[in-house]
Amino acid sequence: MENKKRKGDVLFSKYNRGEGIKKALSITREDILFELRDSKLKGRGGAGFPTATKWTIVAAAIADQKYVICNADEGEPGTFKDRVLLLEYPELVFEGMVIAGYTIGATKGIVYLRGEYEYMLNSLEDYLDSMRRDNLLGKNILGNSKFDFDIMIRLGSGAYVCGEETALIESLEGNRGEARNRPPYPVNTGYFGMPTVVNNVETLASIPHIITKGGEWYRKHGTDKSSGSKLFSVSGDCLRPGVYELPWGTTISELLKIVGAKDTKAVQVGGASGICIPKSQFDRSLAYEDVATGGSIMIFNENRNMLHVLKNFMEFFVEESCGQCTPCRIGNVKLLEGVEMIEKGEYKFSYINQLKGLGKTMQVASKCGLGQSSPNAFISILENFKEEIFNGNGGGNGK
Amino acid sequence: MESKGDFRAPVSQTPHTIEKPKDTSTIGGMISVEINEKKISVPLGTTILEACKMAGITIPTLCHHEDLCVAGVCRICVVEVQGMRTLQASCAFPITSPIKIRTSTPMVRKARKHVLELLLSEHYGECYACFRNGKCELQFLAKEYGIDQYTFGHVTEPQFEIDNSSYSVIREMSKCVLCKRCVRTCIDLQEVGVLEAIDRGDKTHIGTFLEKPLADVICINCGQCINRCPTAALRANDPSDEIWAAIDDPKKHVVIQTAPSPRAAIGEEFGLGAGHSMTRELNTALRRIGFDKVFDTNFTADLTIIEEGTELIQRLYKALVKKEQVALPQFTSCSPGWVKFIEHYYPEYLDNLSSAKSPQQMFGALIKTFYAAKAGIDPADIVSVAVMPCSAKKFECNRPEMNDSGYKDVDFGLTTRELARMIKEAGINLPEMPKSNFDSPFGEASGAGLIFGATGGVMEAAIRSVVEFVLGKKAEDIFEKANIIPLRGFDGIKYMEIPIGDMVGPVPKLLQSLVPNWDWLKGATLKVAVAHGTANAKKIMDDIKAGGKFSECHFIEFMACPGGCIGGGGQPIPTTPEIRRLRAQAIYSEDESLELRKSHENPHVVKIYQEFLTEGPCSHLSHKLLHTHYVKRGRYIA
Ligand SMILES: Cc1cc2nc3c(=O)[nH]c(=O)nc-3n(C[C@H](O)[C@H](O)[C@H](O)COP(=O)(O)O)c2cc1C
Ligand code: SF4
Ligand code: SF4
Ligand code: SF4
Ligand code: SF4
Ligand code: FES
Repeated sequence: MENKKRKGDVLFSKYNRGEGIKKALSITREDILFELRDSKLKGRGGAGFPTATKWTIVAAAIADQKYVICNADEGEPGTFKDRVLLLEYPELVFEGMVIAGYTIGATKGIVYLRGEYEYMLNSLEDYLDSMRRDNLLGKNILGNSKFDFDIMIRLGSGAYVCGEETALIESLEGNRGEARNRPPYPVNTGYFGMPTVVNNVETLASIPHIITKGGEWYRKHGTDKSSGSKLFSVSGDCLRPGVYELPWGTTISELLKIVGAKDTKAVQVGGASGICIPKSQFDRSLAYEDVATGGSIMIFNENRNMLHVLKNFMEFFVEESCGQCTPCRIGNVKLLEGVEMIEKGEYKFSYINQLKGLGKTMQVASKCGLGQSSPNAFISILENFKEEIFNGNGGGNGK
Repeated sequence: MESKGDFRAPVSQTPHTIEKPKDTSTIGGMISVEINEKKISVPLGTTILEACKMAGITIPTLCHHEDLCVAGVCRICVVEVQGMRTLQASCAFPITSPIKIRTSTPMVRKARKHVLELLLSEHYGECYACFRNGKCELQFLAKEYGIDQYTFGHVTEPQFEIDNSSYSVIREMSKCVLCKRCVRTCIDLQEVGVLEAIDRGDKTHIGTFLEKPLADVICINCGQCINRCPTAALRANDPSDEIWAAIDDPKKHVVIQTAPSPRAAIGEEFGLGAGHSMTRELNTALRRIGFDKVFDTNFTADLTIIEEGTELIQRLYKALVKKEQVALPQFTSCSPGWVKFIEHYYPEYLDNLSSAKSPQQMFGALIKTFYAAKAGIDPADIVSVAVMPCSAKKFECNRPEMNDSGYKDVDFGLTTRELARMIKEAGINLPEMPKSNFDSPFGEASGAGLIFGATGGVMEAAIRSVVEFVLGKKAEDIFEKANIIPLRGFDGIKYMEIPIGDMVGPVPKLLQSLVPNWDWLKGATLKVAVAHGTANAKKIMDDIKAGGKFSECHFIEFMACPGGCIGGGGQPIPTTPEIRRLRAQAIYSEDESLELRKSHENPHVVKIYQEFLTEGPCSHLSHKLLHTHYVKRGRYIA
């Protein structure tokens, strides 16, 4: 059901296998970086870091070895768009990696594949084999005697935090999946200390299009600050859940109409770590400059109890925190306890406010993005659904 | 873990810091930063924490430790960096560009308080019933940040069972703040790796291999984790109640031996700075507490030098003259942490370990034989206590083979910290004690025994004696003031060559039954090495396995603890490189102030070979009482 797609005219536009690599090898690295910068492509994994900047830093680094890592951990609740890309458009993802390797001077690429996606491992390996046969991968790619590049696939360990790029690298190195201190960033000190590009599946899949059709073409889609299109994984209370390619700048209400959502009360944008948008703000647009997202859209209609929704998110974080830093490890437990207090009607507003303050500390003092974003739902749901939670169905008799 | 194969312990997270340039005068070598509007210039790669220290600003820390790689996990040290959305952990942030830092904004203060309140909410226990009371970093920070209530609650039940399976280290994980200092100590500093973070989320805790009790895993009892734990989650297994009971029992004759390192450090527990030796004050205090006799472990350190030195000469003679197969290099065996380490990790090299017991255990065997006879006391009534800088000594005295006197040779190993507490409990202020001497029949010992406490000390003591034995010259004629500088200091591994030359001396009387002359050593070069901290020991062992330079050594000193015994797991907390340096300095200057600085010149040692061990070193009786054997142990489980 979730594989139902709406094809947009950027990522899902027509593409001939091998074209991107061929074009890339016919131009210089500088030309590639120029097109990339011109495209204004930003990372699709959530943080929205400009891809050209990331690649340029690694390209400029001097090192014995560099790496390209494709982040296919796709662990954010409610996201499944990377799965669709890997299953149906592997050429885009893998060619994006090859082009990255060529641009930054790497010979090795690694796909960190979500553990639950093990079932696609064989077909992906087969696809890589076919690329090797066609000389799109391996030694002297397309007869270019100066360019070798190969890709291996590694299965993830099943922890959400391993999608965070430095925890992912730790996991690849055989260590416990825990985020590293940053700076230094992976672009300087990545996989086994070497300069490393880590990109999301969707970011990489955009590359062959940008190289073949040009940065300017890409930039024409979307908004000024958010170029191109975005894949949205839509789930929840709607008629047509699935993966949608929509231009950046689409408003929430437009999206709700497209997917056939009715009586919508709230939309959680960005998964468990995202924010919850109430009806009154449905005119906001999905874009880096407004409501930024890695693509997870969860729709809740009038029958949903927002406190239960919040409780689910908090339970998720209590379990998925890697447990190394104090604000996230214990903070999430406290926030969950707060939700349970409200649920039972045994709470003081002053304490709930203290918890919101704690959430703000977690946002700034946690070591990695997981802890920094885990209070988002707590803060936005309690703020935006005050009435329902404290007076209505899910509410208690707060003193 | 098994699949990791090889000899490496699992690595902890690589310390991803930026290396400081060797030459800061190059362009970009120095970066100017602004801390609370004050400008200072720091070398590239300096952490914000270090920069603040330079600027005279104290930042609270909990997971940071000078001896360890960066963790950045407690988040107490956060500061604001202009232009960054989130707060930055100052201990983990290397400065690579000019930044503006603020260390005390409302956001920073709030975050620090929140971190403390969160930690306290999960922290079981009350300070007044805690051995770290008054010496606890968590408690100190709570006080500093004016925590006067448990904002986010406080657990009232312990979350974990206390693990007191080990003779040496007790783990009370309900008091753990998950700073991972112990993990980094065990993995990086010691390369043993029995502690790891297990599970994730709210279930995260520090555990052992397969969650077994500490006694059943490959813990070497070094106690280095205890020394670096900020709270009472780790502590040594304290026998002081039993010792008090023995003191209070009129039938018992309670004797105590004191090792040099506790004497150099115990003053720290009484508010003195590091580096004040309290040897003679301690003698008085111990008598006032009620110990019947106070002996100097250095006496058996001197004996160790004679026994171990003789053993080395025997091995060399067998190898060079008789062309027999003998295990060389010979390894020292006085550090019980190191002994257990080699038993687990390199059991195929146990023959290289000197069979000589550690000074503690030699003394134990002599007290319940030689001393008992001399004093006319039934050894069954003697309770023998050893004050040691070391938690592994507790394990050592409980090894089943350590009862050659017919009794448990040493009844209790007591750490410096525990002894300090006993002294305080007795209402004694140690620094104010008058000085007094050790008891006969062992009396005073040499400076050679004293320097056993610092890394390189055993080797230095041995060389002082060996060169005099073999060359027939004074050690002072070879090394200025008999100080062997290349063996001192805190380099992880030290190496030295001593050419024998063509001029050898006569064989001293003590050794005449073993070798006819020294001619066979003419032209030889004695090669020795020193390692402290088992991570360094591992480097040497792997080199030996690979047939490298250290396999050509004749004698190697290994100490389990960084810095040697002065940095032992029973020493006062905290420990830092500077504190260890000062303690070592105290020992070396005490040595230099002594007349008697060579083990073989110790008149009491000479006497014991005349009166008791009459067949000389490494003879039958000496083997029975002063030597031991070792056991092969598993790689993963004890
Ligand atoms: C807790 C956490 C989980 C993450 N999970 C993913 C993920 O599953 N896939 C992904 O591409 N990025 C994930 N990220 C973002 C990555 O850290 C990183 O920013 C991204 O892979 C960079 O690629 P991009 O620049 O192409 O977006 C996650 C971040 C955090 C903090
Ligand atoms: S924020 Fe959470 S997931 Fe990230 S390092 Fe801290 S405990 Fe681990
Ligand atoms: S460990 Fe520290 S904070 Fe905890 S009870 Fe002991 S003294 Fe108090
Ligand atoms: S005593 Fe030593 S070996 Fe044992 S856990 Fe502590 S650091 Fe590791
Ligand atoms: S046991 Fe001590 S050193 Fe280890 S993590 Fe806990 S508090 Fe830190
Ligand atoms: S001291 Fe810096 S994070 Fe713990």
